Amino acid sequence: MLHVAKLARLQLDEDELQKMAVELSAVLDHVDRIRELDLEQVEPTSHAVDLAGVMRADQPIPCLDRDAVLAAAPEPVDGGFGVPSPGPSGE
Amino acid sequence: MSAWIELTAAEAVAKLRAREVGARELFEAYRERAAADDLNAYTWVADGAPDPIPGPDTRLAGLPLAVKDLFCTIGIPSQAGSKILKGYRPPYTATVVDKLLTAGATLLGKTNQDEFAMGSSTENSAFGPVLNPWDRRRVPGGSSGGSAAAVAAGIAPWAIGTDTGGSIRQPAALCGIVGLKPTYGACSRYGMIAFASSLDQAGPLTRDVTDAALLLSHMVGHDPRDSTSIAMPEPITVPTAEDLNGIRLGIPEELLGGGAEDGTGIEPGVRASFEAALKLAEGLGATVDTCRLPHAPHALSAYYLIAPAEASANLARYDGVRFGLRVAGDADLETMYGRTRGEGFGPEVKRRIMLGTYALSSGYYDAYYGAAQKVRTKIAEDFAAVFSEFHFVVTPTSPWTAFELGAKTDDPLAMYLNDFCTVPMPLAGIPAISIPSGLSDGLPVGFQLAGPAFSENRLLDAAYALERAIGFDAREARSA
Repeated sequence: MLHVAKLARLQLDEDELQKMAVELSAVLDHVDRIRELDLEQVEPTSHAVDLAGVMRADQPIPCLDRDAVLAAAPEPVDGGFGVPSPGPSGE
Repeated sequence: MSAWIELTAAEAVAKLRAREVGARELFEAYRERAAADDLNAYTWVADGAPDPIPGPDTRLAGLPLAVKDLFCTIGIPSQAGSKILKGYRPPYTATVVDKLLTAGATLLGKTNQDEFAMGSSTENSAFGPVLNPWDRRRVPGGSSGGSAAAVAAGIAPWAIGTDTGGSIRQPAALCGIVGLKPTYGACSRYGMIAFASSLDQAGPLTRDVTDAALLLSHMVGHDPRDSTSIAMPEPITVPTAEDLNGIRLGIPEELLGGGAEDGTGIEPGVRASFEAALKLAEGLGATVDTCRLPHAPHALSAYYLIAPAEASANLARYDGVRFGLRVAGDADLETMYGRTRGEGFGPEVKRRIMLGTYALSSGYYDAYYGAAQKVRTKIAEDFAAVFSEFHFVVTPTSPWTAFELGAKTDDPLAMYLNDFCTVPMPLAGIPAISIPSGLSDGLPVGFQLAGPAFSENRLLDAAYALERAIGFDAREARSA
């Protein structure tokens, strides 16, 4: 659970982790039923409608205004998005 | 003015166009009702009518519209029911909203919803639950619960919502209104805050089928900003069918169990209403027979792997950097991400992010996400086989009528079973509509029809004929 929470960048407290472990195992027990199916020869579907090679003209178009975008940022810095230091580990 | 409130949206547009009522006057009548909303259906209501207001010569003649908060609206709060987007005012407007405003609709308000559209009761909103106008101790369904409750209560003439696994059809059913999920790609997803991108579709929530057709006709179309959007092969037309002669309806045996192993999942009152509607359909000339969707019982499992997996990727953008909440203190970047997301997301969203992250993680990908995508193929094949013999598949929309607030919040799996009859359709990308079939113990029941991709006009026609035969009376919900 802790590993998945780290992958998901979610800080969860001990109570949340315990509760979620119980709830997710119930859901996983249910979804595990798809393992009963023989899916060996089946092609996966990532998109329900048959679309292929959708391309648009490679031409520049106007984008959102910088100030309008930065107006929604929690901490704009010098015309960009401000972030805290990556920290000592520098991962 | 209350007489105007009783009009359907299509009737109101006709009166506006005939100059029998002014757009500003009608807007103000609805705005007063919306501002006095005691169902918590709205998270934002307009201060006043837009100036200038669209005139009687525009196609929608200034008729007010309620918009689910999942749609971005420029300069207007678009919070998706989430604390992490509290106060967020986007710098652009969703294509679907833009098209409707261009057609002459006016924005009345933004409606409450389950956080990021994850839920079936609208109890997962950071802005509090929505109440069902038929019984305020009960949920309106979800995730488009605010839109459904607002339309049912007559505090909006009509509304738009989004459907990923049933989020338009199920609240429409529980609130006694009409809800339509279009074919995947019929409506642009540009500016719709993403949940599960391969499933999400916008659609109408309306008082009747005619309104659904009218609203949808202004929503569909290819959008260069959404490469998965597709032009409809024909324009959406207002339905006129008076009978169902020659129409073959298939009842999938696998869905009538409603998700319970012993086949008792569908409430007796819901089943009785469903069967009464089928009798009416036969009276209109339809033939009704059972059909098989052998993989439908696995649709819920596939859905609860695919949707969380896509959500876990889509919701990675809420990291406290470009918009929304940041919880930092003196923390480093990595800790800031974790704290922001830990505090900003509610329990259901966290659950789904965890589930999706797990399903996509190394060593589990093939067993979960990969297998779910293969099940999706089988479900689409099942529907294709049924549609070679039947025009439409019919089921109850939800196994239950509206349940009491809090009744299912402690059991996520029980909540997910709400979607048993509605998840197979988005997995196959096909359209489906829910219309009210009657009441069970004073609460509305929804009847679902699903058809092949791009069969919206035929689906609307069939639903229209059946709606007239059913003659559902929804006035009670508007009188409270």
